[in-house]
Amino acid sequence: MANPLLMPALSPTMAEGVLVRWHRSEGDSFRAGDLLAEVETDKAVMELEASEDGILGRILVTAEDGETTPVGAPIALILQEGEEASALESLAASLEGTSPETPAPAPAPESAPSPETSHDKSAATASPTAESSTPQVAQAPIAPQMEKGQIEKEWSGETQESTVRDALRDAMAEEMRRDERVLLLGEEVAEYQGPYKVSVGLLEEFGAKRVVDTPITEHGFAGLGIGAAMAGLRPIVEFMTFNFAMQAMDQIINSAAKTRYMSGGQVTVPIVFRGPNGAAARVAAQHSQCYASWFAHIPGLVVVAPASAADAKGLLKAAVRRDDPVIFLENEILYGRKGEVPLDPDFTLPIGRARIVRSGTDLTIATFSLMVERALAAADTLADQGISAEVIDLRTLRPLDRETVVASVQRTGRLLAVEEGWPFAGIGSELCALAVEHAFDWLDAPPVRIAGADVPLPYAANLEAMALPQSETIAAAARALLNRS
Amino acid sequence: MASAGKDTKSRSPAKAPPTAKPTGTKPTGKTTGKTAETKAEIKAETKKGSFGARKWHAEELRGLYEQMLLIRRFEEKAGQLYGLGLIGGFCHLYIGQEAVVVGAVAARRFKTSAGTGKGKVKEKVKEKVKGTGGDTLTTSYRAHGHALAVGGSPHKIMAELLGRASGCCGGKGGSMHLFDTAAGFFGGHGIVAAQVPIAAGVGFAEKYLGGDGVAMVFFGDGALNQGQVYETFNMAALWRLPVLFVIENNRYGMGTSIERAAAHSENLAARGAAYGIDGKKIDGMDVLAVHDGVAEALEQIRGAGGPRILEAVTYRYRGHSMSDPAKYRSREEVEEVRARQDPIDRLAKRLEESGVLDETARKEIDARVREEVKSATEAAEKDSEPDERELWTDVYAANGAHAIVVAASGMTIGSAT
Repeated sequence: MANPLLMPALSPTMAEGVLVRWHRSEGDSFRAGDLLAEVETDKAVMELEASEDGILGRILVTAEDGETTPVGAPIALILQEGEEASALESLAASLEGTSPETPAPAPAPESAPSPETSHDKSAATASPTAESSTPQVAQAPIAPQMEKGQIEKEWSGETQESTVRDALRDAMAEEMRRDERVLLLGEEVAEYQGPYKVSVGLLEEFGAKRVVDTPITEHGFAGLGIGAAMAGLRPIVEFMTFNFAMQAMDQIINSAAKTRYMSGGQVTVPIVFRGPNGAAARVAAQHSQCYASWFAHIPGLVVVAPASAADAKGLLKAAVRRDDPVIFLENEILYGRKGEVPLDPDFTLPIGRARIVRSGTDLTIATFSLMVERALAAADTLADQGISAEVIDLRTLRPLDRETVVASVQRTGRLLAVEEGWPFAGIGSELCALAVEHAFDWLDAPPVRIAGADVPLPYAANLEAMALPQSETIAAAARALLNRS
Repeated sequence: MASAGKDTKSRSPAKAPPTAKPTGTKPTGKTTGKTAETKAEIKAETKKGSFGARKWHAEELRGLYEQMLLIRRFEEKAGQLYGLGLIGGFCHLYIGQEAVVVGAVAARRFKTSAGTGKGKVKEKVKEKVKGTGGDTLTTSYRAHGHALAVGGSPHKIMAELLGRASGCCGGKGGSMHLFDTAAGFFGGHGIVAAQVPIAAGVGFAEKYLGGDGVAMVFFGDGALNQGQVYETFNMAALWRLPVLFVIENNRYGMGTSIERAAAHSENLAARGAAYGIDGKKIDGMDVLAVHDGVAEALEQIRGAGGPRILEAVTYRYRGHSMSDPAKYRSREEVEEVRARQDPIDRLAKRLEESGVLDETARKEIDARVREEVKSATEAAEKDSEPDERELWTDVYAANGAHAIVVAASGMTIGSAT
């Protein structure tokens, strides 16, 4: 029987793919294991092999199309050996009613804000995107809001739409062009082009001296990077994910964070440790942890966690220019998010400054990284229910922008702290302490924390979704905070 | 050293460039205050072979003796001050191991980038020196000897041990965390073996920046069992980094003898074999043997590139730290080493036998060193503790000025550096 060949999920976070090249033509037969096509995922260009013998009956998505296809949508029709081509017609007909909007069987793990819940019209127009028809893509562009007297525009000049991933790459490339002492060091950053495609093209431009593939040896290369920073370089050290930074924790805390102090200011450690942090999608407990509060606990470290493409670029450039060790927490799910990004090579954003990404009057939702878009989606829902939520993207966790948080809570009288990490001694705990210490007389209700469930992250899709804050959870907590049901 | 009390500059390390010709300038800073050298003494240049692999000037040899003695006396004083409760925390003495760092520093090449000139002159020096300035040192928490050997001021180092503002790290590092980057000394690291990848990073930077220096890293036989040492061996060999790993095998990792802690303990120098790193065992109680071993290794590293390992077999007379009860070894064992192998006595004997050092000169050096340690200590004791504002400085760089920690009182107690 003829079967459709579906766009496969080739990475834990892949929601869509682009057919780069077909290696077979219509009518060709193939064996299991044969190379059929190349597909560009969110991480790399991957080879698509046949899982069983068959004949390529009809190609539905050509390489010339260059369009993105959601995971689970048919890309070709496959005939069995001896099957008549007429079998294609009935299959094609049966697929007719099935648009690509059919819910994909592949994991769509995060509860994406639905496309129509654009939190802000000006933001939506600031970030025009062809994906608005693609349900798999959670597109919550966090473009600057320009409400009167509320939110300053942070940048001007020419911009370009870019993914967070490319914004990070461009930030590194620009800083490496500006300063020869800047180099990138990490696992698979050079020839592989980055395990998450963040360093694409850097090896080609800067060579192996400055884009260095390390062995799998986190403790060692973190220490080596620190020593190189002490001796005059400005390394960017990539951890494939921050889960693996645990191997290097001693060097980060004891050597990078403390040496300036211990040496009475003699030794400077200008180094950036960057990589994805937090839960990705279905990678279970050992690969899904938010380390924000761990690092934010440490004096001597700067901890940054951007949520948008522009912030990713501006803050990474600022981190590279800073003479302190910076922990730069990225998020794998955010890598594919798009937004307008300034092109000015001197564009940086100030570290230590939060941003009000949506203004409101009834409560303050303070959060960072991936949770910003969920908080914005929650704010949309709340707006429909007549609740005006202010959303703060903390952006830097150490030094924390206390003034912005406190001033907001003093305006709204309520604080809802949201993070995906665990609740105990988390960033939310710190925010609540801040509200109680500095806005106590303004509070209309006790501050509330929404955090990841206090368990190792489970694998099962339903349990994983339960364990992480979702926009509905955030909205429900906000209603409870306002005594609304 | 009447100026010890105000000594803000580093002393010259006890060495001269190997190629230096005898000139009117004294190659060692130590002898400058001394009775003028006679021509006869300067001519007492040794024949190649009589004191190891290279020629020495008599005053250089005396300088080695004086340098080791300075470390010995300094450490003895530190031990006393610890007993009096004036030095706090952990304090790891280097007594017995002096030959290792003194021999290594005598063999290194280093151009200080902290030129004494001002403005343009200093800039010029900086331009000339690519990278770190030459052969650098990085070590563990047993760091007093290294800080002194690179030319650090005994006053500033003692002040650091005493927690004074005048300390080499402003009193904020203490015994285990001494730094003197202008002299090529990158610490002073408190976590066993953490200095090993850090030093490889110093070597990485040196190579990257086009310098021809070697990063020497000193670590004990105990540290040799840490995983990060092997991670570093791998990277250093893979990338041919200019790193000299000096294992100071003092035979005990805290209270555990090398035989009880290390497989194949009779040849620690071979620990790099799997990575293709050549290793050599040297007599760490013989300053000239250390010098020759290090000089040869540095030359090899500069020539062929890639790291080398030296295992300097040495001994520490005192406990691991001041709180060591020393139950794991006998007094006889310590006495035996002290009587037969003491690095200072051995050198003195050799110098006396060959007429480089006579009793008068030896007494003169002994007196000078005692006086130097005494005046450094007295000055340091008189120095004030750090200003309370210093609690908040040096956490972040000036370009990261910020105010943190707003206490319940509303008082801002963090400040910009």
